[in-house]
Amino acid sequence: MIQPITETIEIGGSEQPLYGPRSYQVLSGNDLGSQLLEISMGPHHPSTHGVFRMDVVLDGEEVVKLKPVFGYLHRNHEKIAENASYLASMPYTDRLDYFCSMTNNWAYAHAVEKLAGIKVPERAEYMRVILAELTRLVNHTALVGFLVNDLGALGTPLIYAFRERENILDVFEALSGARMMCNYMRFGGVRVDFTPDILKRITHIVDRYPSFLAEFEKLLVGNDIIMSRCQGVGVLTKELAIASSVTGPMLRASGVDYDIRKVDKYGIYDRFDFRVPLGDHGDVYDRLMIRFLEMHESLKILRQALKQFPQGGEHINPEVKLRNFRPKAGEAYGRIESPKGELGFYLISTGGNLPYRYRVRPPSLINLTILEDMCLGEKVADVIIILGSVDIVLGEVDR
Amino acid sequence: MKLDLITQNFPTTKWDEATQSLIVPHTDLLNVVDFIKNNPGFEMDYVSNVSGVDWLPKKEKVKAADGTETEVDKPGFLEVVYHFYSMKNRTGPITLRCRTENRENPIVPSITPLYRGAEFQEREIYDLYGVRFSGHPDLRRILMWDEFQDFPMRKDYQEPDDYEWEPTPHDEVLEKAKHHYSSDAAKS
Repeated sequence: MIQPITETIEIGGSEQPLYGPRSYQVLSGNDLGSQLLEISMGPHHPSTHGVFRMDVVLDGEEVVKLKPVFGYLHRNHEKIAENASYLASMPYTDRLDYFCSMTNNWAYAHAVEKLAGIKVPERAEYMRVILAELTRLVNHTALVGFLVNDLGALGTPLIYAFRERENILDVFEALSGARMMCNYMRFGGVRVDFTPDILKRITHIVDRYPSFLAEFEKLLVGNDIIMSRCQGVGVLTKELAIASSVTGPMLRASGVDYDIRKVDKYGIYDRFDFRVPLGDHGDVYDRLMIRFLEMHESLKILRQALKQFPQGGEHINPEVKLRNFRPKAGEAYGRIESPKGELGFYLISTGGNLPYRYRVRPPSLINLTILEDMCLGEKVADVIIILGSVDIVLGEVDR
Repeated sequence: MKLDLITQNFPTTKWDEATQSLIVPHTDLLNVVDFIKNNPGFEMDYVSNVSGVDWLPKKEKVKAADGTETEVDKPGFLEVVYHFYSMKNRTGPITLRCRTENRENPIVPSITPLYRGAEFQEREIYDLYGVRFSGHPDLRRILMWDEFQDFPMRKDYQEPDDYEWEPTPHDEVLEKAKHHYSSDAAKS
């Protein structure tokens, strides 16, 4: 017969069994006489998605203060654009958010068209919508991959995401000559027309994307580890989200129904039937799910756009003189719903061939305003996924 | 939108037809912003864009009554432009322009206590234009490094003399070299 072991050990002033369950008194950092620890996260760490640094003060593992530090990639894009002609800034907008060059191009073209009063032909509008929604697919797919990468699932889901992204980038390359630096939109239209082959390839991608999404969702959405790591972490309330000018999927994950495609109806977005998914809790899991739901809506728009795509027509307004482009004096603020949020361009013209003022309203930078509030009281490992769910690109933050 | 409601309540503001915006003196800015945030007709709960603009001093020709033209010096100023939208009512934008008195000591009240979203944008304008926002909780440089002295987005910004010797200088580098050797930096 085996005798039970009854030896005890004294821990923290109380007798506890040597083997078997013990009761511990949980001590907080201050009871142990510990000090706060200030650490610098980044800028040379892959989890910060570029050269981004966070000055974090920790009490044990809990964040008590966090200050984002950036500017390492600052090249004063606005000053360069103020010393270049209107058209010459178009390729530079690709370099802002290098994941979504098509939407960057569109936002800039949209602002200039507003400034100069340029009409866009219908065919070009359809091409822009198709490319913008493909860009949204690229961005959201890659973001989900990166976020899961931040959670510790190194590699595999990201490679799945990149495999699909590459198919879309192949179309962009066939169309514009570059995978990421597309430089494709022009004031009053786009640079080159779609060929039937391009349309066929896009249709092929749109047809097979749902099966990829189904596989990806099955892998990630109901996953226990992802749910326990993401749910209830980094909560952003509705009121704070509005007050801090957060836009894009992050705003909608907090439950605010504000999508510029619906509000402004720029381009031809009023012709499509799509819904705006909203989150309930505003945590990291909601932000992850919003991206999946938005991809489904993007596919819906793509199917309708491909169906309605006009047979003939101009791809660019022939009356626009792109060389020696001089809009009349005035100003315009044009904004579109880029995959990351509201991307706006504010232009002031004094009648010359250079913009007097060229300002980019970067969604990545402004969504970071609230990073500290989301991270306070969270564990240090969760800071990484909260940052990952914000979806930043440092080319746009630093400009 | 009932923009004349603002001009009625705040007679110091002026509607600018050319830019479709409201020019607000910096003494009244916070009152106007508070008004458009809370008045049920506006409810502008979302500040989308805050940008700085630099206007250099210029000479303007003014025609007198007898037909003679005289040149008048117009002082330069810095301008902060706000674009407000309402997420609740889905209206907007309302554009406000707040001008500083001069370019040497530009001060504008900060709207960050009312709108958190202006925090980084105001820091950026401070960093690149040198506008000081009174009442900003954390007014530091944001894109440039802390030791940087000048304000690079100003229209009269001079690049620092960072000339380095080259064996065959031409074009821009030659200009830089000429400037460098004629300046005091080279003599010392």
